[in-house]
Amino acid sequence: MKSFWALLHRDVTLAIREGGAIGTALGFFLVVVSLMPLGLGPDLNLLSRIAAGILWIALLLAALLSLNRIFEADHEDGTLDVLATGPLPLELVTAAKSLAHWVTTGIPLAIMAPVLGILLNLDLAAYPILVATTLVGTPAVSFLGAIGAALTMKTRRGGLLLALIVLPLYVPTLIFGISAVSAGAGPTGLAASFLILAAISLVTIVLGPLAAAAALKVHLQ
Amino acid sequence: MQTLTQRLANPTRFMELSARLLPWISAGAVVLLAYGLYLAFFASPADYQQGETVRIMYIHVPCAWLSMMVYALIALSSFGLLVFRHPLADVSAKAAAPLGAAFTFLALLTGSLWGKPMWGTYWVWDARLTSVLILFFLYLGLIALRSALEDESAASKLTAILALVGVTILPIIKFSVDWWNTLHQPSTDFTSTVDPSMRLPLLVMAIAFTLLFFAMHLKAMRNEILRRRVKALRTQAVAGRDRLAAHGAE
Repeated sequence: MKSFWALLHRDVTLAIREGGAIGTALGFFLVVVSLMPLGLGPDLNLLSRIAAGILWIALLLAALLSLNRIFEADHEDGTLDVLATGPLPLELVTAAKSLAHWVTTGIPLAIMAPVLGILLNLDLAAYPILVATTLVGTPAVSFLGAIGAALTMKTRRGGLLLALIVLPLYVPTLIFGISAVSAGAGPTGLAASFLILAAISLVTIVLGPLAAAAALKVHLQ
Repeated sequence: MQTLTQRLANPTRFMELSARLLPWISAGAVVLLAYGLYLAFFASPADYQQGETVRIMYIHVPCAWLSMMVYALIALSSFGLLVFRHPLADVSAKAAAPLGAAFTFLALLTGSLWGKPMWGTYWVWDARLTSVLILFFLYLGLIALRSALEDESAASKLTAILALVGVTILPIIKFSVDWWNTLHQPSTDFTSTVDPSMRLPLLVMAIAFTLLFFAMHLKAMRNEILRRRVKALRTQAVAGRDRLAAHGAE
């Protein structure tokens, strides 16, 4: 367990000290969200109605861009081979790296989402719900993304392939994330979609590392 | 069952057996398809509400059924590859993926052609349509991942992992899409009771399409085995030539 935390600490520190990665994802998030009103027209009523959808989709795309760095750098400099032969099971290695991705990408994006909500005239009452659902939903984004990142680690044109593989898997997260925020469904509908979102995250936290580790084992043979 | 799959693990035996079965399955598919098409286009009544467009259903429903059955087959094959390392499992999964994608595409296409006169639009973000579309994306992901990797053994294992991830996610997608849809619009009732005069052509077409799929699947598997043999022979030939050349140089 100690090496799990050490690995997590190392990955988070690396991401923060490199700086670029987190900043780029946030910048991409900002740019995509501000492009939307330009494309759809500045009608504030329309924007406020679709704000949750825009924010979630932009968040998924921003997270998607940062997925390939979960394993790639460590694979290139050989760290991954060392980790694979080390005492920590590969499943825990992938769990730590997915968790690190969530801490360094999921959480910043989730915190950024309500700020960008201002640009889209998001209803004030929806702010706490938006923060809560993005925080609860982004683990699924990171852990499902890690599967895709592991599968496409050695491919050329990996980025496009990663998008094709991972985006369909994000559909449930997207649907329940949006339906929680835009719930004119009342408190029960809100609670239901929020709980299902949490369930999806929990399932992916369990299954994601297993699948990612299986994929890494194939690559490292 | 176990013994049959074990015996089929020998590709030569599989080639013999499939060579004997293939003509029968193909002939069955052709005969049933001809009979089913005759029933669908001439011997069955037009619907009192949908008119002649109801005949699209006889193509559409078998495709939609196959789109799901083929994914189940791929998942099963992937499981067989990863757990039992069955040599034919990968061949089966690889051969089935493009076929499944094609049937899924046909289901979407025929559905949208039916939708234009019936619903007044080619596409609705209905729960059923959306989840089949995502299934189509999953097929594309499987094909793309396999073609992006050069090492064939790694490609087959990684694709198998993706197929199994997809199979765990599919029910969630289906469920989420259904649930999301009920918020916006009531889903169309596809499962209305079918009149016997239409049930028979539908049943015949469903069996015909399933046989058609298995005929194509067996053929594709045989092609894949032959392709691998040719590849192995080529590698051997090149190695042999290199050895000869090395001899000559001495």
